Amino acid sequence: MSVAPVEIERTESESAPFQVPDPDVPWVTIVHNDPVNLMSYVVYVFQTYFGYPKEKARQLMLDVHHKGRATVSSGTREEMERDVQAMHGFGLWATLQHDK
Amino acid sequence: MTGLFKRAHGGGAQLTLDPVEASILRSLMVQMLELIGPGPGEDAPEDPLAALFAEGPTKPPADPALARLFPDAYAEGPEAADHSSEFRRYTENDLRARKRDDAFAVVRAIDAAEEDRKGRPVVRLDGEGCRKALGALNDLRLTLGTRLDVSEDDDSLYALPDEDPRKPMVMAYLWLGGLQESLLEAMV
Repeated sequence: MSVAPVEIERTESESAPFQVPDPDVPWVTIVHNDPVNLMSYVVYVFQTYFGYPKEKARQLMLDVHHKGRATVSSGTREEMERDVQAMHGFGLWATLQHDK
Repeated sequence: MTGLFKRAHGGGAQLTLDPVEASILRSLMVQMLELIGPGPGEDAPEDPLAALFAEGPTKPPADPALARLFPDAYAEGPEAADHSSEFRRYTENDLRARKRDDAFAVVRAIDAAEEDRKGRPVVRLDGEGCRKALGALNDLRLTLGTRLDVSEDDDSLYALPDEDPRKPMVMAYLWLGGLQESLLEAMV
């Protein structure tokens, strides 16, 4: 998960002529609860991948655990696809959707 | 009885195992590698450029454990299935490659383990090895957890009688959880 591909993807999505991004209606990445992943591991993933401070990462983990799901990031569809792919790489159950 | 990961001098982590434990861990990783199966590079064309553009599958894996490792990316809306399928086509091969790479890293670390004075293999991981092993241990727990149908509301798996055929897998599942937790602590 290096930084370089992130920049490249952003550039591509910005220059894609057929995209009509609506800044008011972002996409979100949602992580769903599952009975296997360790709480400490989920916190680790949120800290490592998103760079969230430990307290925020822990609160998001607790939201996933108690509410069954939590919104962990928001942005363009391309950004959220990248986040979901990363979450799947870590073994977290994640989906993206249009925020409502 | 079992060893746990400890922070290693000079960075990384190390794990001292019984020879039997090392062989069980290796065998579980190899079984997961077989489950994940070959990806681009093994069954794809020789031409690296062609392999680069090879498309992945469009349907979720039929095996429940694989479906958990490679879940749908879209869950809501009328077009969720189509979008999931498209996403899968462009990402699943990479995801499989990453998970294979993680598991291989653990197998290689076990094979490279030197024995301590008591003849026990000492598995050593550098920083990158720690991250890969953490992912591989998690994938393995997801695989076993799906097979065992682990749930948060049902503790009965953890009180199975010895003769229950699921018992060895439950023991392995719990052991791997301890290993993963100790690795996380060693990495902090």
